[in-house]
Order: sequence, then structure tokens, then C-alpha cells
Amino acid sequence: MALVLEGITKRFPGVLANDNVSLSVAPGEVIALLGENGAGKSTLMNVLYGLYTPDEGTITIDGEQVVLGSTADAIANGIGMVHQHFMLVPVFTVTENVVLGEEPTGFGGVIDRERARSTVVDISERYNLRIEPDALIENLSVGVQQRVEIIKVLNREARFVVFDEPTAVLTPQEVDEFFGIVKGLKDDGKGIVFITHKLGEAIEVADRIVVMRGGKVVGEALPGDVTQQDLANMMVGRPVDLTVAKQPATPTEMVLEISDLVVLDERNVKAVNGVSFKVHKGEIVGIAGVQGNGQTELIEGITGLRPVLSGSVMLGEVDITDSPPRELHQLGVSHIPEDRQGSGLVLDFTVAENMILDSYYARPFSRGVLMDWDVTKEMAERLVEQYDVRTPGIDVAVSTLSGGNQQKVIVAREFERKVELVIAAQPTRGIDVGSIEYIHSQIVARRDAGAAVLVVSSELDEILALADRILVLYHGQIAGEFAPDAAVTDIGLAMLGSTG
Amino acid sequence: MTTAVDLGVEAPEVVERTSTEERRATIIGIILMVLAAVVLGVFAFGVPPDATSTFNLSLPTDAIQNLSVSFNSRLFSGVAAVLIFVLGVDRLRRRNLRWTNAALGIGLLLFVLAFLAWAAADSSFSLVGMLRSTVISSVVITLGALTGLTCERAGVINIGIEGQLLSGAFVAVVLSSAFGTLAGVAGGLIVGALLGALLAWLAIRFSVDQIIAGVVINILAVGLTSFLASRILSEAQNLNAPARVPSIRIPILADIPVIGPMFFDHTFFVYVTFLLVVALHFGFFRTRWGLRARSVGEHPKAADTLGIDVLKVRYRNVIGAGLIAGFGGAFLALAQISRFEENMTGGIGFIGLAAMIFGRWMPFGALAAGLIFGFSGALAQKVAILGTGIPSEFMLMLPYVATIIVVAGLVGRSRPPAADGQPYIKQ
Amino acid sequence: MSEVKTPMASKSPPPERPSWMDRVTGVGTSVGRSLLLPTLALITALIIGGFIIALSDIDSLKLLFSEPATAISQMWNEVLAAYKALFQGSVGSINAISETLFAATPLLLAGLGIAVGFRAGLFNIGAQGQMLIGGLIATYVGLYLNLPAILHIPLTLAGGLAGGMLWGGFAGLLKAKTGAHEVITTIMLNFIALFFMQWVLTTSGIQDPGRNNPVSAALPESAQLPKLFGSQYRVTIGFLIAIAAVFVVQWLLYRSSIGFEFRAVGSNPEAGRYAGMNVAVVVTLAMAIAGGLAGIAGANQVMGLEPYKATPSLAGFVGFDAITVALLGRSNPIGVMWAAILFGALSAGGREMQGAAQVPIDLVVVLQALIVIFVAAPGLIRAIWRVKADDGETVTQVSTGWGS
Repeated sequence: MALVLEGITKRFPGVLANDNVSLSVAPGEVIALLGENGAGKSTLMNVLYGLYTPDEGTITIDGEQVVLGSTADAIANGIGMVHQHFMLVPVFTVTENVVLGEEPTGFGGVIDRERARSTVVDISERYNLRIEPDALIENLSVGVQQRVEIIKVLNREARFVVFDEPTAVLTPQEVDEFFGIVKGLKDDGKGIVFITHKLGEAIEVADRIVVMRGGKVVGEALPGDVTQQDLANMMVGRPVDLTVAKQPATPTEMVLEISDLVVLDERNVKAVNGVSFKVHKGEIVGIAGVQGNGQTELIEGITGLRPVLSGSVMLGEVDITDSPPRELHQLGVSHIPEDRQGSGLVLDFTVAENMILDSYYARPFSRGVLMDWDVTKEMAERLVEQYDVRTPGIDVAVSTLSGGNQQKVIVAREFERKVELVIAAQPTRGIDVGSIEYIHSQIVARRDAGAAVLVVSSELDEILALADRILVLYHGQIAGEFAPDAAVTDIGLAMLGSTG
Repeated sequence: MTTAVDLGVEAPEVVERTSTEERRATIIGIILMVLAAVVLGVFAFGVPPDATSTFNLSLPTDAIQNLSVSFNSRLFSGVAAVLIFVLGVDRLRRRNLRWTNAALGIGLLLFVLAFLAWAAADSSFSLVGMLRSTVISSVVITLGALTGLTCERAGVINIGIEGQLLSGAFVAVVLSSAFGTLAGVAGGLIVGALLGALLAWLAIRFSVDQIIAGVVINILAVGLTSFLASRILSEAQNLNAPARVPSIRIPILADIPVIGPMFFDHTFFVYVTFLLVVALHFGFFRTRWGLRARSVGEHPKAADTLGIDVLKVRYRNVIGAGLIAGFGGAFLALAQISRFEENMTGGIGFIGLAAMIFGRWMPFGALAAGLIFGFSGALAQKVAILGTGIPSEFMLMLPYVATIIVVAGLVGRSRPPAADGQPYIKQ
Repeated sequence: MSEVKTPMASKSPPPERPSWMDRVTGVGTSVGRSLLLPTLALITALIIGGFIIALSDIDSLKLLFSEPATAISQMWNEVLAAYKALFQGSVGSINAISETLFAATPLLLAGLGIAVGFRAGLFNIGAQGQMLIGGLIATYVGLYLNLPAILHIPLTLAGGLAGGMLWGGFAGLLKAKTGAHEVITTIMLNFIALFFMQWVLTTSGIQDPGRNNPVSAALPESAQLPKLFGSQYRVTIGFLIAIAAVFVVQWLLYRSSIGFEFRAVGSNPEAGRYAGMNVAVVVTLAMAIAGGLAGIAGANQVMGLEPYKATPSLAGFVGFDAITVALLGRSNPIGVMWAAILFGALSAGGREMQGAAQVPIDLVVVLQALIVIFVAAPGLIRAIWRVKADDGETVTQVSTGWGS
């Protein structure tokens, strides 16, 4: 009849990740599990998939209590999961990935390749999931890889399927196709849990919406009865006001000029394909777009982290095409990188060391090769104070700080000098609301102090709140330019690539 | 590939940069031209015009005796030089880029043959003897490489192979001296597996850096075997006299000229090694065990989410690999050298590691690399004996230089398993 | 700045009842904490070593079943004698201390090199080869220059430095330019250096006249390191040079912008690149400096001991022991210094043990391996002795595969 989780509590040292959570899903039902990052959605699903053992609570399937001590248990009980980061072996074929763990074998554990292949073909025909069984995963697009994941789950005869943020990496067409697949599974009688933080999707695809916040279930709704605003309020716990208090922009001279920029990604595909735009002193230009439309490559191309194939980048009168990061730093470019922990910080370093990560080499922090730690510490103390970084001290490793405070360390470092141009990529991804507001106000303050600002974000709300001018990036090209008061639906359409 | 697009195989607009393949072809083309020049200048014109080289193709013990080929040294090297030159020119035309490595291989083979013809000018030289010793010295190298790849395919780096070989050798000698060959081999297998278990335990249970664990195992093995050798073997010398391991002559096959003495007249160790290469290849690429092991080495988390016990697979592979190393140690001590000496492995475990990389983590690659490295060792011995004036030390360097060239990507990079060396920590 | 990890800032776990070990040792002070683990590792290794000595004593083993009491007391006496000699030979006299410091000198220099690599995220297994090439260049400088000692000694040492930097820097360059993993290249370069030495030391101009094996002529007196405690004791000013190197490395890592780059790139190369550091230069330089320190160790092996000649075995096992020294010292220069002195003491004592108690010196190698196992796997030593975890402790994890 149904899968029921009851009173699930899961604690981690110092954190109550799930607090007495209950959830049920019936066959043929689609549940959207909605919540912000850190709301406890993933923990709950890991409990369901046998990756975590709950401290309290029970799981029952068809009225019978089950213990899910491992992923093998979960699979045996008919639970399947499509992870946000695909669990596929890139150098294996589609067939090998599908049968892995449940290989059809003959004598001596020899894999029956024919049987394995026909399993894949059968499922793909039955659910209309087009696939080439002998293709290597590494040669497939993300959307197709997701299909492989779904076939994997179906091959294990899952009755309940969990999708963790399934649309985060898909292009709009792929999203449509994906919703079709979900519908097919539902009609086939599968119970589906759909984890997301996108409100529109939850309303579009779910039969029932469950909202989590701070480790608890804070509300349930039927999609017909609620608006996006209602759900947003539930998710955040108070009416959200993402609008940032700011004066209208007074753009003056041109600071950054991008002309016909072409940048390749790792696979030598033109991820940025002929982009041109300008950013002026005193304005915030926001680049909106679904993740994976060339944002990363655009920023890396501008900031000298990735070679430019053709086109130019001008900073005022200076040609900075392919200039190394240090040169940009000296010219007054601030860069808040997309990947906070991957490139913005050295996690083993102290707060103070991270504060001088890109300016350590020059006065006043060093003379010749001799570092001056007194100056550094003094500055770090001041910045921690000024930028409201919540840390026990400047000598603790930055890895012990929360995400929001880590981001504030980066912002403090990047804003603490004369800045001509600010490039902020996903500046508030995955951090708490308080820190978001603070960082937004700092970005606006930089603009008002006379800097040109380029913000890239896949959160449209963030772009709408910050930008004085909005550019939409779609498939490596500018798909439209909008004023901040333009209709959201128009911007949305441009993000989906319809030039309408 | 039009259907492939329909099936969702992505065919995006790919920009061809100055292809590394083309650059490689140019580099190798130039290398081949240089080789051709050396062959012509040194090997062809370094001998008198009428000098004759003789390669003996039979051993005194062979069924068919006195088989040999003789030819004019200068003519032979001249032809070789022309062929190498043609191969080089062909590479510079940057076509058929897939054949670049084959061209290099053929070029090097011709170079070596011309070198031998030069070295054997106006004398004779037992080619078959050299090839036979190549096979024998390839055994430990291949077994070492198989040990390494069995671990690394499952994501555990093992640089303790040297220590496993050495310990296996020690125990095999003592037990063989006391109870016979079978006990010796069994002892070698067990101690190899035990050290494998130690490596796995440190790396998996305690998350010790795998390279540190491997280094420590090597040091531990050197220390313990040397300690026990000078404390026990020096007093009880009868424990350092292992039973002789007889050769098994395979009927008919062993009588084939050249091939027979090379491959079909050896101790059982050699045959087992060849079978093991085939078995491991089949196992890794055709069976459930292999698929799971490789998935654990490539993407352990994916394996875990499918209910595969990552740590168990790793323990099993690393301990199983220890058996292979122990077998290699037993071969070294019982068949190849026939006694235990302190630090008798002398770095051969590291050549095995090199052969694993050179062979691209494939069992047949390991065998091929083992044979090539074994050949360069045999060549070094010959060169020292022939007194060619070329320092044999440079021959002995070859495996190591070749490995650096491979890892630097100069002749095509080999790609290790993606999760090689990364501890897997379950949340 | 300190590199010591601080405990989790906000969320500290509930205090546990201190274990008996903690109460006995009165740990709680930071010094106590940082010394506790290595001390327990040493004690555990000595205990296991005792069993190895006892159980490898054939004469006693033969008696074990007929006269167990005699056998066990014989074994006990033998272990006691061995460890007494180990102690005597390492710190029991001025000569013993001299021998300890003498053995510690190359371990310390090469160990510092390994530690610099670790800090820059590089696993340098090549100290062995770097020592050989360093020793070789030093030998050439020593043989070919004719200068007063005051100039000749520094220049010869500089030759060692240069040779080591060349050999280490080459591995660094390969990594920076092609991505070739330094563990593999340094292992291979060790063997290449070894075979090169076997050949080059037989060439005229360096080979000892009248010899036909690879051994160099003896260095002139002006290139020999002076003895520190007078001519009857073997320790030379090489030890002082090594101590000076400790402080230079300490300064380099924590007071210079070069060290800042090493540590940043070592911990997160992507962040280093983002912050404008030239990762290729940093990697090459770090390997060159690591190699240079090992090269000085190699020079010390020619300049600092009788008969002042280079051989292919001049590095002995020092290059590998240096890895254990760096690990035991947790890649901290001061820690490396104490670790090198400890291993120097074991080595000096081991010789006495072999001479006076007839227990082979190879036991020392076993002890070193065991100590490093216990230090690298703190969980193991903790399980044996039932001490609780130190919040700030981290597992040494330097290598993450051969990844290309």
C-alpha cells in the first residue's frame, strides 16, 4: 500500500538534522519534498536509502516495519534512488552500469552479456527511455545519463523512487522530457519522492507537497491550493523579502567590455559562444540563466583562469584578455568565485591567512619574501569585526566556520581594497538568509562606491533583487537583455531559450 | 553516427585544437629519424663492410641443434636504418595517427636488432639464450605488476609490492628448506597475503595514506627479513637451502625451435604466471567479481549505492593481490636464485610497479611490459659480456626511463582508475 | 602563524570521562598531547621488538617445551641485554651521543626535504636519488677545486645542494608541465640515479685510481667537514648545518611568502591558482628545495665520514628512513628534528646492540617501521592503550592517487 516514515530523528554532532519527521508515499503518487539547502531533505532520503541509520523512528512498507541498515536493504525493499550527482561509472557502458550489483551471471560468475544487454533494451522500450546500451557513460549528455540512472532503478524493480534535485543539471528541454518520464512512472504505479528547492516544479509535478525547514516538516499542501509565495514563506519561515534596498543606478563610464568572447570547456566544446556586453561604473549587471549554460566558463574566461579562444576582454583602456589572475588583482578586479571551498579558500588555513590569500605577496603583508604577520593579524581582526564574520578568532582554521561566514571571509578579502570591478559568481549559494542579506547589501555598497559589478547567479530571485540590468545566458550566448522591472515570465522564457 | 545522435549520444560542436596526437606524431617522427641516423652511422658503418653476424637460435639442450642465422652486418643494419627512416617520414606526414605507437615499437625493435647485429659482428651470439632469460626475468616483474593492478583496479595503491616479494621469498626459502617446495610456495603465498591484509587494514580501517602504508611495509619487510636472516639463517644454514624446483618440459611444444626453449621448458611458476595473466584478464573484464572490483576502483560511491560492499571488495582484492606477490617472492627465491639473500629483491618490486603503469593497468599489458623490461635486463647482461663499450648501466636504466616517458604522456598517457588511492569513507 | 588544527569552534562534543591513560599521564597540556602519541608509539614498538628478539632466539626456543622457565628467563635476559645496549649505545656516553648525532645528521637534512614536499602537497619518495646526485656533484666540486677549507666546504656543500635541487626539481618540473605523478617519477629517478652513479664513478676523473669498482677518490682535507667534539668523536659540523637548516625551513614555511605559497598550493592548488599563484613554479620550486636538502644530506655522506669517498651506496637507506622521520615529525621542522635524533639514537644504539648483545642491527629498521605505523594510524595506538581522541588530530593524507 504505501511507504511510511514515522518520527524519524537523526542527530549529527552538534546538529539535529531530522527532528521527528514523518512522511508517506503511496503507489502512483508523486510527493514533492521542498526545502532550502540544509533543511534536512537529503538526510531524510539517506535514511530512507539505508545510507544513514536513524536515531529514532520507524520505516514501514505495506504496514510491515523494515530496517534499512544498508543500501542493499533499501534495494531489497523496493526503494530506488536517483542521486543528484549521478552514481555512474564513466568508463563503463550503459549496460554495465545498469546491471552492476545485480549481474546476470553464468557458471563461475561470468557475466551473461546478452542477457544484460536485453535487460536494458527491455526496460528502455517499456518505459520509452531511449538509450544506446553499449555507449560509454562518459560520452553521454547529462540528460541521457539521468535516463541511465532511472533504468538502473527500474531494473531493481523499485516500487518507490526518490529523485534528489533531478532538474538542477538539466536543460529546459530535458526538464520537460524528464517530467514526462516521471508521469510514466507514476502511471506505472511507482511511488515517487521528488526532492527540490524549486517552487514552480513542485507545483507542476507533485500530487502533494511536503515542506521541510530546520530538520522538521513544517507544512503540507496540495498543488492546487497554494501559490509559490505561500510555499516560499513556509520554506523560509518568514515572509521573504529578497528585494535589496538600493537607489537607482547611475552608470557612468564603461569599465568592462566583453567582445565576441568564445571560451571552450574541458571537452573542447564552445561553452561561451560569442558573448558581448559592457558593464559601467556604478551599475550592477546580472547574468541570469539555468546552471550549465556557460556561466562558469564565462567567469573563468574573464578572470584569466581559463584560456580564451577568441574575442577580447577590456578593462577600461587595458586589454586583459588572458591576463593572469594576479594582474587582474593588481588592476582592481575583485572576484568572488563560484566554488567557495574549491577555489575561494584554503580550508586548512586560518581566517587570517585566507584574508590575504591573493594579496600576501605585496606590501604591507610582505616585503620581499618576508611576511609581516603583525600587519596581517591586525587587518584580519579589523575585517572580522567590520564584515561581521562569526568566528572564535582569526587563528582558527576557516574550515570550522559555517558556509555563510566562510563566504563573508571571501567578501571581506575581495572588497577590502580599491576596487574597479566586482565579479561575483553565485555569491550566496547555499548560505543562510542572514548572510545572504548582508552580502547583497555589501555588493550594492560597492556599486554605490563607484565600482562596476557583474553578478552571475542561477537563482533568478537573486538577479532580480540585485541587478540594474539583466542579461540572460543561454547555451553560451546572450539570449536577451532586460530591465530589472521586466516581467519575470519574459526573463524565464529567455532562460529557457525561447526567443518568443 | 547519425543514429547515435538520436539515441542521445551528444555530438556537440567540438573545436579541434592543435592536436596533441599530431604533436606526438611529430616528436616520434623526429625520434625515429634520429634512431635511423644512429643505426646507419654507428651500427652499419661501425663494422667492416664484409663483417658477418651470427645469431644462434638453439640451445645445447634443444632437440634440433645448431640452428642459426648469419648475415652481412652492414647490409642488415643498412636495411634497418632505411626502414626506420621510412617510418619516421611517415609519422611526420601526420597521417594514420593511431599507428604512432606501433611505428615507434617497430622502430625500436629494428633498432635493437641492428644493435645486436653490430654487437655480434664477426662473432656469434645466442639470441635464443637471451630470449629465454628474458622470459625468466619477466616473471617476477609481471607478477609484481599483476599484484599492483589487482589492488589499484579496486582503488588501493600498493607500493609495498617490493616488501611482499621479499617477505614471500624469505618464508618460501625457510619452509622449502624444511618441508619441501610445496610448503615453501604455500608459505610465500600466506605471508604475501598477510602483508596485503596489513596494507588493507591500515589503509581502510585506519585511513592511513596508502603510499605511506606501502612505504612502511617495504621498510618493515627489509628490517624483519634481514633481522631474521642474520639471526636464524646464519646459525641454521640448512634452512637456507631450498629444494630444487624441476623444469617441466612440455612435450612437442618444447621441441619447436626458439619458441620451445623460450616458453615451454620452465618451472611450473612460469606457466602459472602466464595462466594468471589470462585468468585475471578474463576475471576483470568478463566476470561479476571484475565488474564490481573495477566499479569500486572507478566510482566507489556508485558501487556503494548499488549495495556493493566497497570495503569488502577492497580487502578481498588487496589480500588476493598479496597472494600473487607471495607467489612471485617464492619464484624468485626457489626457482630463480635458489637461496635467500638480504634485500635480494633489489628494487624489482618497483620495476613491477613501473610495468603496471607501462601496461596501463591491464593484465596483458603487465605481461608485455614485464617482457620488455625483462628484455632490457637481459640485454644489459649481454652488453656487459660482449664488451661493446656501451655502459650496461644505461640498459638497466631503461625500464625507469620508459616509465617516466609514459607517465609524462610523451607516448600517450595511461589513465589510472579514477578512485585509485582515495580512501572510501562511508558517511 | 601556527598550523596546529584547532578544535571545532562551535560544536564541541560532550566531555568524556578521561581514560586511565589520560589520568596517569596527566595530559591536557598541549605539549603533553603532542608528545603522548609518539611516546606511546615508541613504547609499543619496543615491546613488539622485544617479542621479536625473544621469539627469534633459537637456543631458547629449543628449550621452550622441555624447560619453559629457563627458556623464558633466557629470553627475558636477552631482551634486557639488547635494550640495555641500545640505550648505552645511543646516550650512554659522550661517544654514544656523538654517534647518535652523527647518524641523525643526514636523516634530519633529508627528512626536512621530505617535510617541505609534504607541506607543498608533494610526496617526495626521491630523497634517495637526490642524495646520490647531490653527493656526486659535491664530490666533483670537492675533488676539482683547490681552495682553503673556509671556502671549499661551503662550495662543496653548495654542490650537493645544486645536485639535489636538479634531481628533485626535475621531478617537480615533470609534475608541473605534464602532470606526471611525483611518487612514480621520484621512484624511477632513484633507480636512474643509482645506475648513473654505478657508471659515472667508474669514469676517469672521479674514480679512485687503481680501483675497478665504482668508488671516487677521497676528498682533500679542505673539503672534509671538521669534527664537532674533537677528532676521536665522529660527529661533524654537519650536525650544526642540519640544525641551521631546521630554522631556515621553519622560516621558509611560516615566515616567507614562498612558504605561504607552498602551503596554499599544497592544501588547495585550485585556490592557489585563483589567488594568482603560479602553481607550476611553486611545485617545481618546492621539489627543488626538497631535493636540495636531500642533496646536502648526500654531500654530508661524502664530506662527513671516513674515507671521504663517494660510492653508489652512499645514501644507504637514509632516503627511505627520511620519509619515516618526516612522518614522525608530522612535517613540522622542529618535530622532524626530534624524530631524526630519535632515529639517529636507534641507529647508533643498534650498532652497540649488535656488537654487545649479538642482536642484529636490522631490528632498528623494524622498530622504525612500527613507530611510523603507529604514528600514521593513531586509531591503532589509541585502541591498544585506550587513550581518547585529540580533537585537533588529523590523519596524514597527502597523496590522492596517481591522478593525471
